[in-house]
Amino acid sequence: MPEEEAVIYRGRIRMPYTWAVGETGSFFLTQLRDHARIWGTRCPQCRRTMVPPRRNCPRCLAKTHWLQLEPRGSLVTYTVVHYRHRIHPPQEPLIYGVIKLEGADTGLTHLLGEVDPADLRPGLLLEAVFKEPEQRRGHILDILYFRPREVTGS
Amino acid sequence: MTNVAIVGAAQTPYRRRRDDASLAELVHEVTVAALADAGLEMGDIDNIVTVSNDFWDGRTISSMAVMDASGSSYAGGKNVSTVEGDGTFGLFYGAMRILSGVYRTTLVVAHSKGSEGDPMMITNSMFDYIYTRPLGLEFISSCALQARRYMDKYGLTEADFALVSVKNRRNALRNPYAQLAGELTVEEVLASPVLADPLKRHDLSPISDGAAAVILADSPVALRLGRKPVWLKGGAFCSEDHFLGDRDLAEAPALREASRRAFEMAGVTDPFREIDVVELYDACSYMELLWLEEMGFCPRGEGGTLIRSGETAPEGSLPVNPSGGVLSAHAVLVAGLARVIEVVLQLRGEAGPRQLGPKPVELGLAHGINGPCGQSHCVLVLGA
Ligand SMILES: [Zn+2]
Repeated sequence: MPEEEAVIYRGRIRMPYTWAVGETGSFFLTQLRDHARIWGTRCPQCRRTMVPPRRNCPRCLAKTHWLQLEPRGSLVTYTVVHYRHRIHPPQEPLIYGVIKLEGADTGLTHLLGEVDPADLRPGLLLEAVFKEPEQRRGHILDILYFRPREVTGS
Repeated sequence: MTNVAIVGAAQTPYRRRRDDASLAELVHEVTVAALADAGLEMGDIDNIVTVSNDFWDGRTISSMAVMDASGSSYAGGKNVSTVEGDGTFGLFYGAMRILSGVYRTTLVVAHSKGSEGDPMMITNSMFDYIYTRPLGLEFISSCALQARRYMDKYGLTEADFALVSVKNRRNALRNPYAQLAGELTVEEVLASPVLADPLKRHDLSPISDGAAAVILADSPVALRLGRKPVWLKGGAFCSEDHFLGDRDLAEAPALREASRRAFEMAGVTDPFREIDVVELYDACSYMELLWLEEMGFCPRGEGGTLIRSGETAPEGSLPVNPSGGVLSAHAVLVAGLARVIEVVLQLRGEAGPRQLGPKPVELGLAHGINGPCGQSHCVLVLGA
């Protein structure tokens, strides 16, 4: 029997898509782009306000209505990522967080910036930092990241 | 109504890379071995459930690539259908086909090679393409968000999680199918490179290649075979919200509900006392503790106390992952079916060096997950 050789075939899949975001996502993303506003959807039955927005409440299936949220909130959980891959946005350090926006009952997963990793803790007060208007293109990364915010008043 | 038994089981060893075998060859290897284990031939199998995922395999209708290898064309063709998700869900579906009364024997076969694609890109692709995927979140970083939340809510520590890695990698020393095995110390786990804090190298399961198959049969077929059947006493699966921010990641209500239903079906009222072995999906160290809480083996938030008590070691009163678990071999989709097979071997008394005892193993739990941070859970209660 001849000597066995394991042949490895190197392939690559490049697959373009043109995903329709849908009417709910389209409103959300154009509001981000044109007004730097973050909108959530509210369920009329369980009264939960959720972001990212959904046409229907996942738990009641009821049709939701729009509610504008403040572009600020508090940190629920977070991680500092120590590896890099081309899927990652160019961000140093690379920090993910789940942020509960004021007025929302669910958290938005996004990036954190302008923060020392040593200062991260649950409950940290944050605000959204948007890209410059001419750079916004109707995309979740029109929000650059969330950063700690100064607490004024009281 | 009939009962469903597992009458045959086989798995490949799990390795970082299997250059010697294609996906179809892995499937053929375990199909033939599971038939031999059951004492059946392909002609005795009246339907097949394959378990695969197109992104991992790098093709569409990935099931089609392994149908020849699983016997789909045998003697004029068989009824084949496919589950895209963990192998436990494939088993559940295969069992329902027998319960329908239309089929008497089901081959369930799962395969995957983590080595051939790009796990970062593939697991990034489990997220929605509008809101989450562009952030670059993938398996490790999403699990890190869950681990952090779990620590913050209940006061667990990285050392608690490290104890799971120490236990399971040590258990794997007695499992020739495992990929990673060794004597680790808590200090070594804590000192291993941080990937996405609080998760470090030794908190994570490896990337693996492998396949596994089980053969299910109705009671008359199972009782006719010479081998002691393993009965499916209870089973359920449940899902919860997809978006991570919709959930409290320190809890898994879908697992709580799936466990409740599976235990009720199996007549289990005190799982800690009645279950002799648990094989669960510990893709990361912290998951073992969180999943045990939600299965009801300890109060919520007490997973750290449970691992520190030593009760989940092989010599404890509730051995968990005596095989080494997913932390020691993680062929995606296959890993849940591997949990089933490990429980089957324990119930038969055929687990070799990792056999529990001296008390006989009479009732076991096997568990699988699908989706980010355990979005859905399958719980199977198996008994001798
Ligand atoms: Zn609702």
